[in-house]
Amino acid sequence: MTDAAAVSRPNVSLAQRAWAIRRNALLMGEVQGQGYIGQALGAADLLAVSYFHALTYRPNDPEWEGRDRFYLSIGHYAIALYSALIEAGVLPEGEIPTYGMDDSRMPMSGMAAYTPGMEITGGSLGHGLGIAVGAAMGLKRKGNPAFVYNLMSDGELGEGSTWEAVMSAVQWKLDNLICLVDFNDQQADGKTTDALASGPQAPQWEAFGWHAQEVDGNDLDALVSAFDTARHLKEAKPRVIICRTKMCKGVPFLEEREMAHFVRVEPEEWAKALAILDEGKPV
Amino acid sequence: MTEHFPPHSRRKSKYTPRTVPESKVATSAMIASLDSEGRDTIAAPFGNALIELAKTRDDIVGLSADLSKYTDLHVFANAYPDRFYQMGMAEQVMISAAAGLAREGFTPFATTYAVFASRRAYDFICMAIAEENLPVKICCALPGLTTGYGPSHQATEDLAIMRGMPNLTVLDPCDAIDTMQATKVIADHPGPVYMRLLRGQVPNVLGAYDYQFKLGKAQMIHDGSDVLFIASGFMTMRVLDAAKALAKDGVSCAVLHSPTIKPLDAETITAEAAKGGRLVVTAENHSVTGGLGEAVAATLMRAGVHVPFRQIGLPDEFLDAGALPTLHQQYGLTVDAVCQSVKSWVAQ
Repeated sequence: MTDAAAVSRPNVSLAQRAWAIRRNALLMGEVQGQGYIGQALGAADLLAVSYFHALTYRPNDPEWEGRDRFYLSIGHYAIALYSALIEAGVLPEGEIPTYGMDDSRMPMSGMAAYTPGMEITGGSLGHGLGIAVGAAMGLKRKGNPAFVYNLMSDGELGEGSTWEAVMSAVQWKLDNLICLVDFNDQQADGKTTDALASGPQAPQWEAFGWHAQEVDGNDLDALVSAFDTARHLKEAKPRVIICRTKMCKGVPFLEEREMAHFVRVEPEEWAKALAILDEGKPV
Repeated sequence: MTEHFPPHSRRKSKYTPRTVPESKVATSAMIASLDSEGRDTIAAPFGNALIELAKTRDDIVGLSADLSKYTDLHVFANAYPDRFYQMGMAEQVMISAAAGLAREGFTPFATTYAVFASRRAYDFICMAIAEENLPVKICCALPGLTTGYGPSHQATEDLAIMRGMPNLTVLDPCDAIDTMQATKVIADHPGPVYMRLLRGQVPNVLGAYDYQFKLGKAQMIHDGSDVLFIASGFMTMRVLDAAKALAKDGVSCAVLHSPTIKPLDAETITAEAAKGGRLVVTAENHSVTGGLGEAVAATLMRAGVHVPFRQIGLPDEFLDAGALPTLHQQYGLTVDAVCQSVKSWVAQ
C-alpha cells in the first residue's frame, strides 16, 4: 500500500503495472541499444508487487523516514528498478530518453548518488543483504516499523558475504527484513545451478533459520500471497521469497532466444518487442 | 627432486633443528601495547574515549567481528551493552551492517584487526561505505609490526591499501593521548575514517608536549636543525626518543608528527622540508611501500622541494614471526636502530 501522495490509480491492476514496467524497460533499452533487458522483463512482476502492493513510500519524497527501504543489490538491474520508479512516479517518464547518457540520473548500474529512490550503490554483488542487515538493526534501534527489502540475484548466492548476512539476520532476529531472490538461473558464464546454486533453495534458508517461500516470480497472485505472508508473519525471523522468474518474460521471441545473462537485441528488434508487448496490454 | 617453490626467506631454514635460546623473549603476540619501561600509560584509550562520547551522543554504536577484547571496544560494550553489536567472525557483514546503520543515522565504530579490515573487507569498505561517504569509523588493532604472529596478523601494508580509497580519511595515531583525542574528532567528521589502534596499556607520550590532535594536520612536536623526522604512529614515540639520544651526539632533530596519513598535510610538510638544510627522514610502522614515506616523497616532488630524503619503515616483505622487541630490532624500528641509521646518513 503506498502512502497518500502515491500515484492513486486504484483501477490500475498489478498486471497493468507490470506491463508498464516492461514497456519502460524496453524504451530504455531502445535508447542505448543494449541493457539488461532480460532481467528487467523477468523481474517486472515482482517489482510491480513490491511497488504497487507491498511497499509504503511517498513518490515525491523518496527519503521520507517512514518509507520501506528497497535495496537493489544487483546494480545491473538498474534498468528494471528505474522502470518501476518511473511507473511509481518517483522518476519522471520524460527522462527515459536520457537512460545511460552523459549526465543522466539513470546510469547503467544503480548508484545511490545518482537516482532518487535508488537507496544503495549495488553492483559489487553480495553487498546488499549485509547493508540491509545493518539498516534493519538501525530501524529497530529507532523504533521505526518500516521494512527493509533487499532484491538480490541467484548469482549472489555464490558470494560468501551473502551467507554471513544470512546468519547475522537470524542472530539479530530481523523480522523487519525481507529478502527477494530473483532466481532466473542465469549468471555471466551460464546457468547459476551449474555454478554454485545447485542445492535446494528454500530448505537452505530455512536451515539457517529464515522463513522461506519459493514462488513463481512471474505469477502475480502467487507473489501477492507470498509478500503478504512475509509481511504479516509473527515469527521473529527474517524472511526470504525466492522468485523463480523467466528471463525476457512477456516478449516471446526474446524468451525463446538462447538464454544468456546479457541478452543481445538487434536494433530493429526493440520496436518489434514493443509492438508485441503493446498487443498484450492488460485491460 | 623438483623445486616446487621459489627460495623463501623463512622456508629455507624450515628443516634446521633449533636449540633453546639463552635469552628467552616471549612472542607476546597479542599484546599490542608497546614496551614502555618507566613510561606513563593509559588503559584502553580508544574504548574509554568512546564511552565518553556515548554519554552525550545517542548515535554512537559499536560493532566488532569477534575482536572486541582485542580492540578495547569491550569496555564500551560493557558500559553500553545495548549499543554494541557482536557481529561474529564475519568482517564483511560487520562492515556492511555498519554501512546500513550509518544509512539510518547512526555513527558506527567498527573494530577488528587491521589485516582483516584492509585485506578481507576492502570491497565492502569501498563500495558500501566510502563510495557513499558514510560516517563509519573503522578502528583497527595490530597495525604494522605490533604482533609476533607473522603475516596473518601483521598489517604491514594497510595504509598503502587504504590510501587508495577515495573519500576515506586514514589515521595512524601515536599514543594514548592521540588516540583518545582522535576518537572524539573522527566522531564529528562527516565521512568515513580508517584509524589504526594501539590497545591495552598504551603509552602516554604526547601528554608531555603542548599537543592537541587536529584532523588533517601535521604538528611540530620538537624542533631541530640537522634532521627533520616526519613520523606517524608509534614511530613518533621512537623518533622523539631518538632525537634525545642523537642530541647527545650533536645531531639536532626536529620531529614533525603526521597522524593523518590521508589527506596528508601537504602544506606543513612542504613548508618544513623547504626550510632546507635538514635531512628529511620519514618514520613509520608500515612497509616502505605506499605508506607515509612515499606519500611524503610524492608531496615534496609535486611541490618541487628537492631535499635529501630517507625512509625508516618495514621492508616490502612478509615479516618473520618471533618476539616483538627482537623483530623491532631486526627490522630497524627501535630507538637504537633509528639512531644508527640517522648517524650513518648524516655522515654521508
